[in-house]
Amino acid sequence: MDTELIVQGAYLAASALFVLALMWMSSPKTARRAVRCGEVGMLLAVVGTLIRHDVVSYDLVLIAMLIGTAVGAPMAYLMPMTAIPQRTAISHAFGALAVGLIGAAEYYKLAPTLPAGSFVLWALMLEMLLGFLTCTASVIAFAKLQEIMPTRPIMFAGQRVLNVLIFAAALGCAGMLIFVPTSSQLFPLFIALALLFGVLLVIPIGGADMPTVIALLNSYAGLAASAMGFALDNKLLIIVGALDGTSGFILAVIMCKAMNRSFSNVLFGGFGQLAAGPAGKVEERPVRSMSAEEAAPVLELASSVVIIPGYGMAVAQAQHRVAELYEHLEEMGVDVKFAIHPVAGRMPGHMNVLLAEADVPYDKLVELEDINPEMPQTDVALVIGANDTINPAARDDPNSVIAGMPIIEADKARTVMIVKRGMAAGFAGIDNPIYFNENTQMLFGDAKKMAEQLVKELQEL
Amino acid sequence: MHQASSTTDLLFVFMLAAFLGFQLIKRVSPLLHSPLMSLTNAIAAVVIVGAITITGAADATPLAKTLGFIAVTAATINAVSGLLITDRMLKMFRRKGE
Repeated sequence: MDTELIVQGAYLAASALFVLALMWMSSPKTARRAVRCGEVGMLLAVVGTLIRHDVVSYDLVLIAMLIGTAVGAPMAYLMPMTAIPQRTAISHAFGALAVGLIGAAEYYKLAPTLPAGSFVLWALMLEMLLGFLTCTASVIAFAKLQEIMPTRPIMFAGQRVLNVLIFAAALGCAGMLIFVPTSSQLFPLFIALALLFGVLLVIPIGGADMPTVIALLNSYAGLAASAMGFALDNKLLIIVGALDGTSGFILAVIMCKAMNRSFSNVLFGGFGQLAAGPAGKVEERPVRSMSAEEAAPVLELASSVVIIPGYGMAVAQAQHRVAELYEHLEEMGVDVKFAIHPVAGRMPGHMNVLLAEADVPYDKLVELEDINPEMPQTDVALVIGANDTINPAARDDPNSVIAGMPIIEADKARTVMIVKRGMAAGFAGIDNPIYFNENTQMLFGDAKKMAEQLVKELQEL
Repeated sequence: MHQASSTTDLLFVFMLAAFLGFQLIKRVSPLLHSPLMSLTNAIAAVVIVGAITITGAADATPLAKTLGFIAVTAATINAVSGLLITDRMLKMFRRKGE
């Protein structure tokens, strides 16, 4: 009895620490304290569990924890910051796999003794359904982000019908297993269907929608952990799962709003249609272009410059050169800010991390709603590897596929400079009228090389 | 009767935690959304407590031990890499002049 009290006390303290961790994530000043809290919480939860009286053998547990640490630590230290979304996706896959397997082990242990339709069976089935589908969905998201798989949406005729059928079949199996516990031969089929459904859920989703997908998978993984808490009668798991589930859910809703996507579309998968559209008609309209040599004096004479980074900057690994450019301009007395679109990058807040890595102070990063009112007074909007997030068609053309998507209004600046390799369309695969505006200058070239050249030209002025 | 009340207890806990989650996450600056996600991802690895209970139980079958072993490994990877990379990200966020 005493041990049980200590265990519950450890779980209670761990829950409190996890809540505090989320509270302290609200500001960069307290955020590192939040991580410490998370670490101590996790330690308490693990130690608390190890002293439970029903845990008697430690050898396998300790070996598994050693292996996990040996794999996890290098994953955290060796990943470049541009690969953070992939790491998060594969980490979701590991977490969800753990949830699914624990559910399976519990099922084999408990199913013979449980009455048909009991609450624990319901919770176990929900846990495994969410766990296994999140696992394969996360693996596919990882493969797309790592470009092992094509990032474009994979679609085929009858896809939606097939998805609904697979999901219905998985639910049917779960129902049988809940109400007829003797039908355990259906159990492997149930797991296979859940795994398959996870794959089908993510393959039709394109690269541009990845921030939403990652957030949604985070939410599913959390809900799976909560379901496990219901099955095992463990309040710590319920609390942490609910916190994780709501966190992912809120971020997914924010990402949807930032791209003007309907949330119901996202929940049911297959919402990458925007990126699937055919490339816009190629128009033979003149564009104005500038060399770095010509652009440098314009930047030097500006009193305010807003840099708008996009994924093109990340792909070119140009964040360090862009940060140098920022420093040079600041030294010359130019007021420089960075405008961050919520979906710039491949996961929520990814662009902030990339710029932080390059030592850009975070108080220079301004969000969309705050920077847009300043754009008409801005001398130069310098767009680096971003297309769709500045496309004025979203605002002006109700027929555009991205109509209604909030954009950074770069076109309202006095001069717009767009660093771009060529005239190819961006992720949304559509034309961008900003390229043809009178006040737009194209700086053709790779983001990294162009930033380097601009720095060099500024030094020579 | 006791069983029914414990089930509703769990639902109450879930509901309150979800509301708390909404309130807490709403206050997180978009600046920190990436670290937030890797932190929540890492702490969800607390499912390791279930995996440990299964693997270490006295009556664990070889199947339960195998599944539990993989689950402990996977959850540990999740927790360790998630917590470490969150800290690595946060270390980079600096104000001007810091």
